Formats: sequence, structure tokens, C-alpha cells
Amino acid sequence: MQNSIQSRNPDRTTAKKPNKFVDFLLVLMMILPFAGCIALKVLFGNPGKGINVTGAQIYFTVKMPLQDMYITEGTAVSAAVVIALFALVLLLTRGLRRDPDTKRQLVAEFIVEKCDAFVEDNMGRGFLGFSPFVAAVMALSAFSSLSSLLGLYPPTSDISIVAGWAVVSFSLITFYKLRGGAWNYFRGFFEPIPLFAPMNVISELSTPVSMAFRHYGNVLSGYVVSTLVAAGLSSVSAALLRMLPGAIASFPLLRIGIPAVLSIYFDVFSGIMQAFIFAVLTILNVKNGFPEEEYERRMRKKQARRLEREGKKRPEREKNAA
Amino acid sequence: MTALAIGIIIGCCALGAGIAMIAGIGPGIGEGYAVGKACEAIGRQPEAKGAVTSTMIMGCAIAETTGIYALVIAILLIFVAPGRFVDILTKAVRQIP
Repeated sequence: MQNSIQSRNPDRTTAKKPNKFVDFLLVLMMILPFAGCIALKVLFGNPGKGINVTGAQIYFTVKMPLQDMYITEGTAVSAAVVIALFALVLLLTRGLRRDPDTKRQLVAEFIVEKCDAFVEDNMGRGFLGFSPFVAAVMALSAFSSLSSLLGLYPPTSDISIVAGWAVVSFSLITFYKLRGGAWNYFRGFFEPIPLFAPMNVISELSTPVSMAFRHYGNVLSGYVVSTLVAAGLSSVSAALLRMLPGAIASFPLLRIGIPAVLSIYFDVFSGIMQAFIFAVLTILNVKNGFPEEEYERRMRKKQARRLEREGKKRPEREKNAA
Repeated sequence: MTALAIGIIIGCCALGAGIAMIAGIGPGIGEGYAVGKACEAIGRQPEAKGAVTSTMIMGCAIAETTGIYALVIAILLIFVAPGRFVDILTKAVRQIP
């Protein structure tokens, strides 16, 4: 990050002022997707049925050869979150300078520094390239969970979306395990004794399943509990206001504000916590699965072979080590 | 007769959800134990409070997983399973001449 800032910005004291109109467009790009999601919800929603716990609403069904593809509310909100985050990143990184004088650059640098420090603490310097991925996963997950504050269906309470992320992190973990060689990876399944092979396969496959279920279950439980509390409060207020005439009797007075207290825990705390845990589990699994010694041995061997092929003399030190 | 069968299905789904949530005892005990140990550690070494707290929250969230599994099963049993089972039942009833 530091290098890129310096290389892109030579020593200039008078940089061009960032264009205000583009900023406005980017802010619009952050707001419009969510407004569109709310509009879709209003258009396709079925009001008048009271409060009930259902899955995500299916907007469109696309015919596909094997299985119909459903465009649900979760998919729409998740796409909106992606677009809004992209706009946010563009907005924060506009007009970067060597000596920051804008707030947005300070915020961007703060985020990058924190994320780098976090990855370095947990994985070591060698894995610093992971920090953009970790930041992306955390931001996507946290903002997806937080989108329920706008009254939208949080995409993270849909198992298929979180399972997609879990598959991504599982393939990353497997990729880094395979760095030690396919044979080494295969042998790992028969580790203490060959009898343990089924157990090892199950424990390998349980990693993405448990990651997906942990995240989805936490957010979904918040959604269900909030919905049940809201339904209970509306019936309580109906019982209290029964004497009053007309439309006031059916007005859910107690539903104003009180369920928001629950949302501080279930949506804000739990959502951010789960985003953090998803990222931490991904990087810890990658770190633990990466066979460092095996990888270094292979690299040294490969280098030695390449040196031999090039006709150079092998260094004395390596010959001794071998 | 069909009404009775549907009643049995819904009742048993509710019972199953209740029984599944017994799994909530385990994470409760485990997390309480973890928090107690964290308090002990902070009492012994107050300067390590930040590291201990973040590790404890992380561990608690992971220990919570089994409880979350039970919760997911209970939610599925209440909101999804009765409809599916009733569909299967009505299909089976229709096949009987």
C-alpha cells in the first residue's frame, strides 16, 4: 500500500482537487442499490399477512438445465452490498497523496493498517498478501449482516450464500494444503493409522459445513427471535389498546423502538462478531493447513534442480545440507 | 383420520424442536467455564486484559457452534418440516384408492 501510494504520486505539492461530482455519483452508487432493494421488497412483498417467519422471497425464477435458478431477496441484497462496497472503496481511495490531507485517505490508511496488522499477528509476515482477501470477506459479511438494519432480508441468514463463501475459503485452505505436494496431502488422511481415513475425510469436510452453519445460524436466530418478539409485542399492544375506537385499536404501538434494542445485539454485535470469526477461521485454517517445512524442502529441491539444469555449480552450503 | 395424522406430525415436530434445544446446555456450561477462567486470568494478570478478552470471545463463539446447530435444527423442525411432512402425507393418502 505504502509503495503504491508513493509510486503513483510523485512529489507534488499542488495535486488536482478531487472532483466533487464524481464523489456525489459514488455516494449515489452506495445508496441506490439499497433503495432498489427496498423498492423490490415493497413491490413484490405481500403485506397484510401479518408477521410470519419465512425464507427469502423469490423474485424471479430463471430456467436452467439442471436446476432452476432463483433470484431471491437474499441474492438481490447481497449484490447490492457488493456494489455499495465497491463504491465505498472507490470513494475512499480517490485522490490518494503521499502526505494525506483528506479525511478519506486517513480512513483508508487506518483500515489497511489495521487489517495488515491483524493478518500479520495471526499468520506471520509471509502471508501478508492475504490481507485484501481477509478485509473483503470481513466487509462483505459485516455489511450483509448489517443490511438488516434497513429492514432488508440479511443475505447471511440464507444458507446458500454463506455456504458459497465457505466453499471459497475451503478451496483456499485446500490449495494451501496442496502446496506441500499432492502425495503429502493424500498421505495426511491416513495419518496416525490407516483406520482413521474416514474420520479424517469427515473432519476435512466438516470445516466448510461448520463455518457456513455457524455464520448462518447466528444471523438466522437473531432474525427469528426479533420477528417473534415483534409479533408478541404487536399482540400485547392489541390487547392493551382494545378499548380504543377505530384504527387506533389495531395500531402496534409497542412495536415502535422496543425491538430495536434486540437488534443492537443480534444485528450489530452478532453480525460483526461472525464476520470477524469467519475471517479468523479462514486464516487460521490456511495457516495451520500450510505445510511449511514440506513446502520449503520442495522449493529448495526445485531450485537445486534448476541450478543443475542451468549448468551452474551447486553452492557448497546446500551440498552439505543434502 | 388425516386431521389426526397432521396433528401428530405437527406435535411431534414441536416436541423434536424442544428436545433438540437440550443441546443448549452444553455451550452454556462451556462458555461459562471459559469466561470464569478468563476472569481468573485477568485477575492474575490485569495487563493482559485485551488479549485475554479477545481470545475468550473468539473461543466462546466457536464453543457456541453446537448450540447453533441445535437451534438451526429446531428452527427447521418448527418452520420447514411440518409442511414437508404434511405434503408427503397428503400425497400418500391420495395414492390409496
